[in-house]
Amino acid sequence: MTGELGQLALCFALALSLVMAVCGLLGTRPADSTARHIASGSAMGLLVFVALAFGTLTYAFITSDFSIIDVANNSHTLKPLIYKISGVWGNHEGSMLLWVLVLSIYAALVAGLQRGGARLTSGALGVQGLLAAAFLLFIIFTSNPFLRLDPAPFEGAGLNPLLQDPGLAMHPPMLYAGYVGLSASFAYAAAALLVGEEGWTRAARPFMLIAWIALTCGIALGSWWAYYELGWGGFWFWDPVENASLMPWLIATALLHSALATEKSGAFRTWTLLLAIAGFSMSLIGTFLVRSGVLSSVHAFASDPTRGFFIMVLIALAIGGALALFAWRAPTLQGGAAFDVQSRETMLLLNNVFLVAACACVFVGTLYPLVLDAINGTKISVGPPYFALTFAPIFFALLLLVPLGPRLNWKRGDLKAAWRALYPALGLAGIAALTVLALVSPRSIAATGAFAVAGWLIGASLLDIRKRKGARASAFAAALAHAGLGVSLMGVAGTTLWRSEALSVLAPGQTMTVGPYSLRFDGVTRERGPNYIADRGHIAVMDGGKVSTTLLPEHRFYPAEGQDMNDTAIHTTGFRDLYLALGDDRGGGRFALRAYVSPLAPLIWLGGLVMALGGMLSLWGRLRVKEAEPKPAAPAVALAAE
Amino acid sequence: MKTVIALLLMMVPALAAPTSSTAASTGATAMAGTFSDPALEARARNLQRQLRCLVCQGESIDESGSPFADDVRHLVRQEIAAGKSDQQIEDFLVARYGDFILMKPPLQSNTWLLWLAPFLVLAAGGTMAWVTVKKASSRSA
Repeated sequence: MTGELGQLALCFALALSLVMAVCGLLGTRPADSTARHIASGSAMGLLVFVALAFGTLTYAFITSDFSIIDVANNSHTLKPLIYKISGVWGNHEGSMLLWVLVLSIYAALVAGLQRGGARLTSGALGVQGLLAAAFLLFIIFTSNPFLRLDPAPFEGAGLNPLLQDPGLAMHPPMLYAGYVGLSASFAYAAAALLVGEEGWTRAARPFMLIAWIALTCGIALGSWWAYYELGWGGFWFWDPVENASLMPWLIATALLHSALATEKSGAFRTWTLLLAIAGFSMSLIGTFLVRSGVLSSVHAFASDPTRGFFIMVLIALAIGGALALFAWRAPTLQGGAAFDVQSRETMLLLNNVFLVAACACVFVGTLYPLVLDAINGTKISVGPPYFALTFAPIFFALLLLVPLGPRLNWKRGDLKAAWRALYPALGLAGIAALTVLALVSPRSIAATGAFAVAGWLIGASLLDIRKRKGARASAFAAALAHAGLGVSLMGVAGTTLWRSEALSVLAPGQTMTVGPYSLRFDGVTRERGPNYIADRGHIAVMDGGKVSTTLLPEHRFYPAEGQDMNDTAIHTTGFRDLYLALGDDRGGGRFALRAYVSPLAPLIWLGGLVMALGGMLSLWGRLRVKEAEPKPAAPAVALAAE
Repeated sequence: MKTVIALLLMMVPALAAPTSSTAASTGATAMAGTFSDPALEARARNLQRQLRCLVCQGESIDESGSPFADDVRHLVRQEIAAGKSDQQIEDFLVARYGDFILMKPPLQSNTWLLWLAPFLVLAAGGTMAWVTVKKASSRSA
């Protein structure tokens, strides 16, 4: 019964999304306020029915209803409750349903908040309706999560043990909130092209911020999950699926900056529209890469060519349609702002150039091997060394410029004055560089440079916060986000350049050293988890002959799935991680043990958190300001300089 | 494109089958042949990082616990011990397994676009930005 209810809810949702699409687009005509009301109403209805479908599927997972194929293939009665729930989106069908659920939430927000003019909102709802309809069709026809299985098996096939982790409970919803959040900006941009209404950036700003915050958190979570779960101590692998999430982030970051210029000084109006289209296009391409089975990884649940084909057509229509609309309407928006060479606009433009180039790196590095293979079957690998030589220098150059941007005024800035005001930050950069040179051997240019830039970023942010005390939340938010970049940079540099590792086969009682730590292996016990059996290593971390702490890395075997995996143990001081992974049983009580010491590793994710906090502060400032001042009736384009 | 997807899909089970059980396990890194000379060891480790494990998903030979990675690690160490240069070892592996085994794609006729594209985008973007700023500043003056 539950399955049929979900199925029915999906069909109603599809019908409503079509109504929303048609009425939303009709509502862009000035007189058609009835259509606008219907569009808003259907957005709410869409959310209700998609949520119902999602709730139904969740219920089926919780109750282990194995008469539903999706549940039988991806769940197991012995799984702990949290993984039964997160298992809903740990598979292709359920994750697509989550995608549509998030889309409907954004649509309901657009309809509920009614930011911007009525015609603009209506157009945005129309575009969201089209997207929802396309994805609902995709779900119903190629990825239906409610298909039945007869006879129902007694037990399910289980879920990939890698995915049975609290990280998985949070990572995909967060990432989807970001991916799909860009659909709101996309919809507003398309609507702005349709109705020619300016000020769309102001209406879409909160959605851009939410998407960016969610992407930042999602990427950080994913990287953290890979770090402690995959068992080899890295935090970013330039895996195509990771790249698929990085590309929308880079474009979303560019969009946030460019949209600010459009809103404050009317500059780059067409460019911002194009970025909004590009951002969501990257999300769609990411979805395609991950969902089509073109890539094989933990993320690729689907390996059905019809799905890949369907998504490809969907993407081609969405991106192609938006670009056609852009080509048709954008020329009519030509405004052409006036600003000096030394101005914040110029800095934001540079920011965009570097971010887009960085995105191009990731894009080419991810897709080139696929295309080359398609053309003549040649297989090449594009691994971390490629990105180290292309992405890293471009992003590094961008970081050098970051502190200057906020110190230049809109329209007409003074670069010399900005530079002089930044002397203290330069001093901090020098101190950071000298400290690294003095304390760390062997000396390395990369580490010195990275810490100098981190000092430069953080120093400038501190100056900004001090200078603008009592100023707008937005300035404080920008300073925070930029400081987060510096914090992450230190973590990345420390982990990559100063990591030490050791690998030994140990019998009980034997010791090994890694970095400053001495480790004593106290043997292994056999533990029984809810749905796995584990060898639990007992490793005493020795500090001058005394045991300072005991770490318990596990090597787990999941019988239902027939897979084994590592549960790493990490001891962190906040500035340094000791990371242990238990390897194979080598007989006679001897086990392989892998140990890493990663200096500053926690800063990588702390930096991400600081960036996200900056975003949240900016969002809060926005929503507060909106309450304070009544919505402008006429589109506000050229607000004067701050 | 369809055939490509089909081809790739055909590879998926082949790749996934051995991986499913090994991808997550740190497993047995070749402890057998660890060089006592730190310089040689560093060379071996560096080389291992430059090579892709062909049966895993995006892991290097250095990280992977698969039997394939084990074999390649042994081979790398044997060849280093035999006095071969890094280049010779890479060439040998490329001849045997193709360019796919190199984490860093070689710069050659079918990859120059890959290597240049980011900088072309940067140059094009820079030029466009320059033109835009020039125009805007002439308006502002």
